[in-house]
Amino acid sequence: MLDSTTDTFPKLALHNAGRLSGKVAIREKHLGIWQSYTWSQYAEQARLIALGLAALGFTRGDKTAVVGDNRPALYWAMLATQALGGVAVPLYQDSIEKEMEYIVDHAEARFAIVEDQEQVDKLLHVRAQCPGLEYVIYDDPGGLRHYKDSCLLSLQELQERGRKFAEARPWYFDQEVARGAAEDTAVIAYTSGTTGQPKGAMLSHRNLIETARSAVSRERLDETEEVMAYLPMAWIGDHMFSFSQSMVAGFTTNCPESAETVLADLKEIGPTYFFAPPRIWENILTSVMIRVDDTARIKRGLVRFFLDLARRVERCRLGHRPVALRDRLLYPLGRLLVYGPLRDNLGMSRIRVAYTAGEAIGPELFEFYRSLGINVKQLYGMTESSALICIQQDGDVKLDTVGPPLPGVEVRVSPSGEVLYRSPGVFQGYYKNPEATRETLVEGWVHSGDAGFFDEDGHLKIIDRARDVGRLAGGTIFAPKYLENKLKFSPYIKEAVCVGDGRPFVAALLNIDLVSVGNWAERRGLAYTSYTDLAQKPEVYELIRQEVVRVNRSLLEDEALRGAQIRRFLLLHKELDPDDQEITRTRKVRRGFIGQKYAPLIEALYGAGDSVQVEAQVTYEDGRTATVRAAVRLGEAETFAVAGAPA
Amino acid sequence: MREPTTPPPVASATPLLEVDEVSVRFGAIQALDRVSLEIGRGEIVAIIGPNGAGKTTLLNVISGFYHPTAGRIRFEGRDRTRLRPYDVAALGIARTFQNVALFKGMSVLDNIMTGRLLKMRGSFLWEALYWGPAMRQELAHREFVERIIDFLEIEAIRKAGAGTLPYGLQKRVELARALAAEPTLLLLDEPMAGMNVEEKEDMCRFILGVNDEFGTTIALIEHDMSVVMDISDRVIALDYGRKIADGRPDEVRADEGVIDAYLGVSHA
Repeated sequence: MLDSTTDTFPKLALHNAGRLSGKVAIREKHLGIWQSYTWSQYAEQARLIALGLAALGFTRGDKTAVVGDNRPALYWAMLATQALGGVAVPLYQDSIEKEMEYIVDHAEARFAIVEDQEQVDKLLHVRAQCPGLEYVIYDDPGGLRHYKDSCLLSLQELQERGRKFAEARPWYFDQEVARGAAEDTAVIAYTSGTTGQPKGAMLSHRNLIETARSAVSRERLDETEEVMAYLPMAWIGDHMFSFSQSMVAGFTTNCPESAETVLADLKEIGPTYFFAPPRIWENILTSVMIRVDDTARIKRGLVRFFLDLARRVERCRLGHRPVALRDRLLYPLGRLLVYGPLRDNLGMSRIRVAYTAGEAIGPELFEFYRSLGINVKQLYGMTESSALICIQQDGDVKLDTVGPPLPGVEVRVSPSGEVLYRSPGVFQGYYKNPEATRETLVEGWVHSGDAGFFDEDGHLKIIDRARDVGRLAGGTIFAPKYLENKLKFSPYIKEAVCVGDGRPFVAALLNIDLVSVGNWAERRGLAYTSYTDLAQKPEVYELIRQEVVRVNRSLLEDEALRGAQIRRFLLLHKELDPDDQEITRTRKVRRGFIGQKYAPLIEALYGAGDSVQVEAQVTYEDGRTATVRAAVRLGEAETFAVAGAPA
Repeated sequence: MREPTTPPPVASATPLLEVDEVSVRFGAIQALDRVSLEIGRGEIVAIIGPNGAGKTTLLNVISGFYHPTAGRIRFEGRDRTRLRPYDVAALGIARTFQNVALFKGMSVLDNIMTGRLLKMRGSFLWEALYWGPAMRQELAHREFVERIIDFLEIEAIRKAGAGTLPYGLQKRVELARALAAEPTLLLLDEPMAGMNVEEKEDMCRFILGVNDEFGTTIALIEHDMSVVMDISDRVIALDYGRKIADGRPDEVRADEGVIDAYLGVSHA
């Protein structure tokens, strides 16, 4: 239960300003120097913004759109809005005008507080369509000197007005903060939905604060933590880590200088608490390995040797197996020579807790960071749950689960296999969309839309989007994305599409990775002329077959999924391409479309032959189309029964 | 053409720069032949013309690299026909070069700091000790340079070696160094040569921004006519060392003399 003196973010901020007045709350690198603001300054800045908004006629329940890169002023703007009983609506800073227009209009935002000229330009266009947007307030005045629109105001001017407003009503701010209640909506987070218009999930102060408290106590976070705020403010994850948990625990949020300097800034700050999606983990690893490859041979050899050692040790640890004596003896030496310096170089030597989430992370990648001694864990959550549902516990980390539910969160799996949850963090509903709310929020339980199950240790395992999960003709559960992710962890497989719903077995359509398979072929002196040619080499089929077999073998560990092994596969003659509408711009497979377009190939996989003729339309970048003809081979892969022998 | 949001050049005051009947001769070659032009405060003026027309020579004369064989140059109303580059820079004229001329072994930050050298005062001793006024001065200069870094969005390469950067970024660093001198008049010699479309767009944005934000007057040599049309208030065309046109971009583009000499479009 929440104490009524700290049941909203403004009350928490004032509480922190008293409790931790001189402690740094937020930092921003500006003009090459980390500029720090203490909790007292944080609260004071937000107070002036709030009073300025009040001077402009802000009333309880009004909404403020907040747009820009992570900047202290924008976090203050959210707090200021909430202090007046308003609702913060953070928007993705790279949204185009049309997307912003929809949200500003739908949320009925009267105020917008934005970072700079780029966002002002967009908001001014939006305002032409949404006259309900009365004021656009900006933080960085660069380039805005000659803008004359009457709705424009700099943050400085706004705070100046706030100062004047407070002279006549010194009690106003405290009075408005005191009127706030835990059930007030604090934030409307618009989900970036892949289908249809975005939906605005309303989250109350209680939702966010209770969820933050629960995670803070589980991870034993305190005011000494340092966190980087570099992921979009509109994304609930950043809101949870950089705003909610920071308020609850009192720790410091650090805003990088620009999107390009994040890695360097990371090194300067040395966060103790860090979050990144798999894509970022991968980028960091790549930038390191490139530099390792550039070093002298002896160093390179040393790094390789100790990284391999660390990986072996980590595998044993993850599998709860004993570590070989030699490895155990050598590990401390590796820490001294390689792991420590490397961690330091990545800016990760102080990390106590790090998360990966958002999509499946490759086992190699996950093992790499863990083997360096960085405590990376997986978590599961979504906007509708205030970001957090499950987190892996220290010392109980697995490659392919998201851990047990957080304290206070109840999770169950519906008979159809969908994950349902209920928690204090469960949202209040979608703003102005009761229909969608009714579909998602049934009797207090949120239907996540994800398919998953609990393993024997009580860890939740997410396998796919529920609507994509089907069953084989024999009744076995078939989760295409789960298989596809496993396939794509192979460096040789770029894209994978699995079919099997209502079929006797699982079949896969695969894209080879031209770069890595091309390299592989070169090293073997295997000549090829084109992508299609390379993909149809028997040697390449053999290479990929081994990868498929590896996936099949790994499926044995999954009781629920071991029946859905891949029996046949083919290597597509062309790469799946967003221009051909086969995948989305964010590289998500469009199953329906592929099912239609490649129907003859799919039928052939379930037929008797060992190859199939294809004719395909391809669209060139200039819009011309052409027809490609090729013979595509069909490959077989052995599947395994429980004992490990081929079935 | 630029939108009228930028202030029109102040016509009443004396022009910032007056070039009056300037000629430059290298042996038998008449590089500039009695060229006269004015550049008003706050203007962006593009200088166009075919190769060998005398564009770079004009810039070199203005910046004091060459001295005119005849004619006068007045800057801010004062005659300064025969100043040396050092004095010209001190007067508030900065430039970038056609071929990037950075200190390749130095960091981006140090390169830009060299642009502040003319603004630095103080004794050798204080500087060596890095104490008192010397330290305060260094901090103030560094802050100014950081504002430029912020403005040109090169935070990520602040500490990188200038020689290791791709060409487009080197050009941007060179612009930063010129800006560090707080020039009244900025001379850019083909700021977009060898850039791809995206780099050109960025550079256009920065040039307009410099003009807008710092009120800097800019004269640039440029071959890309779409760039010239987009960013300049006025265009001056040279051919064989003579000025053949001077006016609004659309006027100059339509000028038959210019088309014959440079644009190479057959006219009906």
